[in-house]
Amino acid sequence: MKKIGLYTKKVLEHFKNPHNMGKIKNPDGVGKVGNIVCGDEMWLYIKVKKDKGKEIISDIKFETYGCVAAIATSSIITDLAKGKTIEEALKIDKKEIVEALEGLPPVKLHCSVLATDALYEAIYDYLKKKKRKIPENLEKIHQRIEKERKIIEEKYKEWIKFEESIKENKKAEG
Amino acid sequence: MKKKIYLDFAATTPVDQRVKKAMGPYFSEKFGNTMSLHSFGQEAKTALEESREIVADLMGAKPNEVIFTSSATEANNFALKGIAFANKDKGNHIIISSIEHPCIIESANWLKTQGFEITKIKVNKQGVVDLKELENSIKKETILVSVMHANNEIGTIQPIEKISKIIKTQSYKLKAKTYFHTDAAQTFGKIPVNVKKLGVDLMTVSSHKMYGPKGVGALFIKEGTKIIPLLHGGGHEMGLRSSTVNVPGIVGFAKACQISKKEMGNEAKRLKKLKEKLVKGVLSKVKGSHFVGDLKNSLPNIANFWFEGVEGESIVIELDLLGIAVSTGSACSSEKLQASHVLLACGLKPWQAHGSLRVSLGRFTKEKEIDYFLKVLPKVIENLRKISPFKGNFES
Repeated sequence: MKKIGLYTKKVLEHFKNPHNMGKIKNPDGVGKVGNIVCGDEMWLYIKVKKDKGKEIISDIKFETYGCVAAIATSSIITDLAKGKTIEEALKIDKKEIVEALEGLPPVKLHCSVLATDALYEAIYDYLKKKKRKIPENLEKIHQRIEKERKIIEEKYKEWIKFEESIKENKKAEG
Repeated sequence: MKKKIYLDFAATTPVDQRVKKAMGPYFSEKFGNTMSLHSFGQEAKTALEESREIVADLMGAKPNEVIFTSSATEANNFALKGIAFANKDKGNHIIISSIEHPCIIESANWLKTQGFEITKIKVNKQGVVDLKELENSIKKETILVSVMHANNEIGTIQPIEKISKIIKTQSYKLKAKTYFHTDAAQTFGKIPVNVKKLGVDLMTVSSHKMYGPKGVGALFIKEGTKIIPLLHGGGHEMGLRSSTVNVPGIVGFAKACQISKKEMGNEAKRLKKLKEKLVKGVLSKVKGSHFVGDLKNSLPNIANFWFEGVEGESIVIELDLLGIAVSTGSACSSEKLQASHVLLACGLKPWQAHGSLRVSLGRFTKEKEIDYFLKVLPKVIENLRKISPFKGNFES
């Protein structure tokens, strides 16, 4: 494993020249995960084509706000998912991402979860739009992501309330 | 060869060659233990006491008011814990600002677990402490107020003299005995710092922030101050800090003080000009860029910005790949995954703090390095915005 400072060479390659960066017009599925309050947000777009009765991710693109690891995991997951069937794509896990990047610093491992979550959410969105049955496992993952999103939103609301109360106190004093 | 440009002098500074030269003999030739009675020991002891005079001189203190430590972190721990436990018969209340260095905040948090009450004073958008809140917070039980001289992330200089007056007036009124400590790790050696003028009872300074070696700091303790040591042992440093004395480091720190005393005036002017150029350049060349801090009342060498739509760690690493070293207050760069408490205290939203960048200049910064930084930064930000779903809320 070659490392330059904190990150492996592979991570920095993907960070410097991310693959499949940008938006897809009229995507078949979109996955939006992370939160800018926490410092990273990942948007993943997929296009699905039918080929010999199989649904294949024919195109995939991402937009990410975040650190080097967040950008590199976004880039690598598009490589890993492109050309795969929906079933195959749902088998991509964080371990595969970390291995493909030749390692991530321990404090950045959560970025690999963010990338798989973005992909799972995009597939969930696709299946939902098509009014198809959601696999049990995918439904569970979706529920977890929704729950986490709500927790962050609640936390953030409290933070805003706290800020406003300070401002009001100031007004009252002044 | 790729250019290497260091713009992170607030993190640490390289040792000045003159300092290195002064330290040289104290490793293998004049290696004695300051506590030994023989000539080896006395040679080291003489070097230690001469160094103490030089460091004391730069801060306008008496030599016996300067206690050498291993770092500013140790000096800050010593100030807070030493004052707290020595004066707990008088009270248990300690006041700090909300933008102190982690070694002050964490010391205060620990003291809280030991039964002390801690008040954290808020700051305004420029990072200046709220003097009214500070005044109202002082009570009979207040034994210590600690407010840093200048902040390490945004460079804002606090009105230490005013704070000193407020503390004196209030503690007199309330018949309290309140000590005043300031952490001057970022200012000492860069701008004039005089303990009498500032009106402080304790002050922390650091060697490696001013071209001296790492592993050396000092705490100024005004004569008559009631304090207990952190380190007990052989009674070094007037019984206030036992531990075999780091003579080469202290000799280096003293040399750094001598150099600063001579060069500080011109150097501060030179850096101020460079910083003005830097700030103007960034704000005019990069759309969606914002300055954080106080342009007028701040250190001549620290500038802090945040950029819309991009995250700080990515900026730091992209600049590092181009040979430029800077730092960020983004959560992604910290072990705790939390955005800088300083930037949040100044009113930045978390996503604004995540896009922050600190550029800090120093003795070896050349104008052409600032020019190069200003040349490459807009492209770096633009590249990252291309990747980001948030392109910024500015006119493009």
